Amino acid sequence: MISGHVKTSMSQTQTIDLGGVLVGRAMAPTALVAFQRRRDDEPAGLVRDDRVASNRGMVSTKPNVAPRGRAKWLDDLLVAVAGGDRSAFVELFDHFAPRVKSYLIRLGCDMSAAEEIGQEVMVTVWRRAETFDRRQASASTWMFTIARNKRIDMVRRERRPELDPTDPAMMPEPEITGEKAVQKRQETQTVVRAIAELPDEQKTLLQMAYYEDKPHSVIAAETGLPLGTVKSRLRLALNRLRKIVKED
Amino acid sequence: MATAHGAAASRRGEGLPSHHLDDAFLMDYAAGNTTEAVSLLIATHLALCPMCRARFAEFESLGGAMLEDLSPTPLGQGALSAVLARLDSPDDGATIVGPDPLVIGEPANDEADSAPIPQPLRSYLGRATHELDWQPVIRGLEEFELDVVGAKTKLLRIQPGASMPQHTHEGSELTLVLDGSYDDEVGHFARGDVAVLDDDHDHRPIAGPGRDCVCLTVIDAPLRLTGRFGRFLNPFVKF
Repeated sequence: MISGHVKTSMSQTQTIDLGGVLVGRAMAPTALVAFQRRRDDEPAGLVRDDRVASNRGMVSTKPNVAPRGRAKWLDDLLVAVAGGDRSAFVELFDHFAPRVKSYLIRLGCDMSAAEEIGQEVMVTVWRRAETFDRRQASASTWMFTIARNKRIDMVRRERRPELDPTDPAMMPEPEITGEKAVQKRQETQTVVRAIAELPDEQKTLLQMAYYEDKPHSVIAAETGLPLGTVKSRLRLALNRLRKIVKED
Repeated sequence: MATAHGAAASRRGEGLPSHHLDDAFLMDYAAGNTTEAVSLLIATHLALCPMCRARFAEFESLGGAMLEDLSPTPLGQGALSAVLARLDSPDDGATIVGPDPLVIGEPANDEADSAPIPQPLRSYLGRATHELDWQPVIRGLEEFELDVVGAKTKLLRIQPGASMPQHTHEGSELTLVLDGSYDDEVGHFARGDVAVLDDDHDHRPIAGPGRDCVCLTVIDAPLRLTGRFGRFLNPFVKF
């Protein structure tokens, strides 16, 4: 390795054999990440935004833990799980398993399927925890990718081709050191608050995409909006999110 | 090594891609809403495009926030103990990944001059492109169809300098250049560049000189749920 362009600690790439075709399934988030510097060393004494919490139905399983403290808490748990810590796994389970179940139900699973797939997600979390890299993504983002992929595997019964973060053929980011690259990640709670501030029509767009399994072409068809309008709403939403996250 | 190839690429005078995927595609892929075929093309582009990788990471972060933002649903009785009971069982899923880098085209004498096939496409092919069972289509053009769910997915290989008949598109289609290049009315497309074509796009691509132009093409790209677009055309030829 000449430099740290590719995160080797995210190197757990799984392959399944399906009809004789090997399929790479990188279980970790992508190697090079977004625009937000991580700040998990901030004190946990920030006031929680109750307006956001009540509007969005957000429930913290750890009362008195402010958003950033909570992010660090979840990251720490996942790192501990990677080290084989079962009590950390139980805490992580208590926080995420009920949300993963909600996610699956929103995406059309019935109760028993959501329960079953949710359990598979949590078993996978235990097995893949060592691929989590807190410098690259938050625990929530990592959990999301596991839940998303498990649903595609078990519900849609499809393969999900993914980037392999260790792929030697991957083009590195130009003129960025490995050190710089690993400092960037987005804080989940900041993004949650930013989403809450979006106008309804933009929020709906995100919900249809992330909770309803609808690609933009389908959203356009169902809402009767031209695809161009859907895309420009998305652009507005993203600009707004980036602005809020940047200012945070 | 990623860096080794990067260096080789710059020796070849190759830059980073200049034609990218729009936010809608990246978000659909991050949210898990794309077909296997479209996912394959997007993931392969991401391997070649650090800019789109960074934007894609934003959309995965958005997914993390959307998950965190959901109200918890109470679990069934015994869910935790059922999961805990399974933690020690072996991972029946999987073995570790695919072949070493395979190159596009005949292996070059100078290794630095060959373009490796990125994952995940490499796993789908399982061999170098010159070993594939290419089917001739018209003079200067061959194709190889991949076994992928969701849309017609092909590799196209066009001889250097070959020009394809003028045609229009009746549906929608994604093309990713893997090696060589082509030029059309839209611009110059080289390794890593993505072309998204739909509707009545008048189109007459000409492959660049020097080396075969190899592309991955997915036809009927965005629509997974319906097939109402009917017939489709790839950027090079009517069929």
